[in-house]
Amino acid sequence: MLDFLHRIVSLCRKELLAIFKDPANRVILVVPSLIESFLFGYAATYDLTNVPYALLDQSHGSASTELIAHLDGTGVFHRVAMLRTQSDIAGVIDSGDALIVIQIGPRFEQQLNAGESAPVQLILDARNSNTAGSAAIYVGAVIDSFNATLRGGTGPPLTVESRAWYNPNLETRWNLLPGLIAALSMIQTLMLSALSVARERENGTFDQLLVTPFSPTEVMIGKAIPIIMIGLTQSTIVLLVALFWFNIPMAGSLVTLYAGLGLFTIASVGMGLSISAVSANMQQAMLYTFMLIMPLILLSGLTTPVRNMPQFLQTATLINPLRFAIDLAQRVYLEGVGLLTVVHDLIPLLVISAITLPLSAWLFRNRLL
Amino acid sequence: MSKAGTEAGSKEPTAYKSGKADNGHERHKGIRGFRSRLISLTRKEIRQLLRDRSNLVIGIGLPLVLILIFGYGLSLDVRNATVAVVLEDPSPMAADVIAGLELSAYISPVVVTSMHDAQRLMLAREVDAIVQVQSDFSRRLTAGNAQVQLLLHGSDASRALIIRSYVSGALGQWAQRQSDQGMVAGAGVDSTASGSVTLIQRMWFNAANTSTWYLVPGLIVLIMTLVGAFLTAMVMAREWERGTLEALFVSPVRPNEILLAKIIPYFMVGMLGLGMCLLAARFLFEVPMYGSLLIVLGSSMLYLLVALGLGLLISSVTRNQFLASQLALITSFMPALMLSGFFFDLRNVPTAIHLIGNALPATYFMELIRTLFLAGDIWPLIFKNCAILAGYAVVLLGLARVVTRKKLD
Repeated sequence: MLDFLHRIVSLCRKELLAIFKDPANRVILVVPSLIESFLFGYAATYDLTNVPYALLDQSHGSASTELIAHLDGTGVFHRVAMLRTQSDIAGVIDSGDALIVIQIGPRFEQQLNAGESAPVQLILDARNSNTAGSAAIYVGAVIDSFNATLRGGTGPPLTVESRAWYNPNLETRWNLLPGLIAALSMIQTLMLSALSVARERENGTFDQLLVTPFSPTEVMIGKAIPIIMIGLTQSTIVLLVALFWFNIPMAGSLVTLYAGLGLFTIASVGMGLSISAVSANMQQAMLYTFMLIMPLILLSGLTTPVRNMPQFLQTATLINPLRFAIDLAQRVYLEGVGLLTVVHDLIPLLVISAITLPLSAWLFRNRLL
Repeated sequence: MSKAGTEAGSKEPTAYKSGKADNGHERHKGIRGFRSRLISLTRKEIRQLLRDRSNLVIGIGLPLVLILIFGYGLSLDVRNATVAVVLEDPSPMAADVIAGLELSAYISPVVVTSMHDAQRLMLAREVDAIVQVQSDFSRRLTAGNAQVQLLLHGSDASRALIIRSYVSGALGQWAQRQSDQGMVAGAGVDSTASGSVTLIQRMWFNAANTSTWYLVPGLIVLIMTLVGAFLTAMVMAREWERGTLEALFVSPVRPNEILLAKIIPYFMVGMLGLGMCLLAARFLFEVPMYGSLLIVLGSSMLYLLVALGLGLLISSVTRNQFLASQLALITSFMPALMLSGFFFDLRNVPTAIHLIGNALPATYFMELIRTLFLAGDIWPLIFKNCAILAGYAVVLLGLARVVTRKKLD
């Protein structure tokens, strides 16, 4: 037993040395996860903060001025152009200078004073339908509040009081960063483990490993442990950025989070090693890995919710370890749940590890003989 | 002479026998030599590309998978969000306010008996929100200050925001109707004295209002980036790493010819991906294309050159497969996914991130291709973005050329 441990430790040391002896490797394993967590933390937002709009006011009355004052008062809408005629609308929308055009008709003031309904046209650039939808919602809210003041400020008879659990200001960043803790590290753990054996095979050093007294299982464990350590380090980097740069409060316990992340990293290393075992050279290993990473990330719920997918794809995500890891990271981080609540995430991860690790060991052995 | 070059550049000389025959008798200087060397080199590259099945997997298989995932799998649209409704007030008025929710296509209400049950459903994430009508609802409504509680699950912020606006919209309309009919005290009296503003909204360029329409054109950007930058960077880095490129250098082929011969096959793979995307967009997802096909093709080729330039540059700088693949991912693919406006609108991000996004060629191609698909030929935008892309192509390919020559000297 002691012998076994000794062999594993020396193998791990050798692997770590091999990875870190290249200064470029040292950089590429740390800097990207740092930069990406910053960039995506800022970039990944569906929250609308800046809506450039153009105004076509044909009524020139006090009511329209007041409505526009309401709009400008939100701080979200910024007027970029005053249009004179209807034919100007296409220009500002086409060029992308304005996201929306608000058109107030010539009879706006009369209609309001006569007690009729006074239509306001809203033209949206829906090349990005998501942004356009949010902008329409914002304008609707402004008009609602304007209508309320028209009514004499008694306030609406019915108010909706809303509170959001786990993410009080409903910021996209709060959901994304816990997801990135798992997703960013997976890219490189998969890649590293897929390359590990393929590289040795390509360089011919794999034969040398064969003549050593290591068993294939030991070789595999020795390859897996350093990569798991690297993956967890990368997760930690993202976690630190989320905690201390973006100040997203963590509700759950670190122990639970790391238990889940550890299992997830083991599962991804298992997948990577299996790829490694079936690839003839590094290039193949990398291409196969990439082929795998894309669907894994896209179908993980990181960028779009799993529940929006059609049923057959939702079923397909059941073999995606990242899907469970992201769910786990978000729930532990934001909701603060314990291990028992995320058991439905842990079991699939356990199953995936239990299949891929022995599979890769088996594949090694059978390719070696 | 070029025969020696091709053989040195390959590890399986037998694969290039047909190349030898052509080159043997064409040892002229100048343009003919250039052409024959280029043709035989390109032929070698194509063979090499086709020989390894994993290249085809990335070149053809991955675009197919991405097309299907993006077309069918990814949707940012909220439909049928489940909302638990807790009615603690048995009055008909309370039941009526909830009826407004049923009409919405976006929300499907589930009536539960107690707040306790609702919270349990929310914890299990079986519902996205809870609407609670408290027991004093109808009493407070007659007093003019009724309240409805809305609890949202915040673990998907954008979804929660949309649900919030739909619920408040539906309930607000109900209240409006009530006060118009004079059923409610307070606001009832003066509401007839003045009119109200109504909003008529028109979505330009996306009549179906679906995210598929803007995701599928964006996919072209991703696939071009993938083939141009990622695949090329890796294949070239492998040649650097294994020393087969240096072997090519000692042959009479010139760096220009080596680069061109590398670009041509991957350019074709990229165009194949583009073709698949266009066909899928047209026939599978029925995304309209208002711009002209010629400009779509032309600008895509331009962007493909940019991506190829980046890929060649990365491989020449790193000369290592792992580093090249990581660098290609970090500098081209991830930004194209996250910072180009593909998912996330650049209008909403802080200025610094906006600047980074604006430094990426993918951003300009994304804007251009989406406009060409959904809005049409908007010439000022086409000229501006094509000029920027052409600039990037010249700079990146030029840099790749410089870096490749340096090794030769």
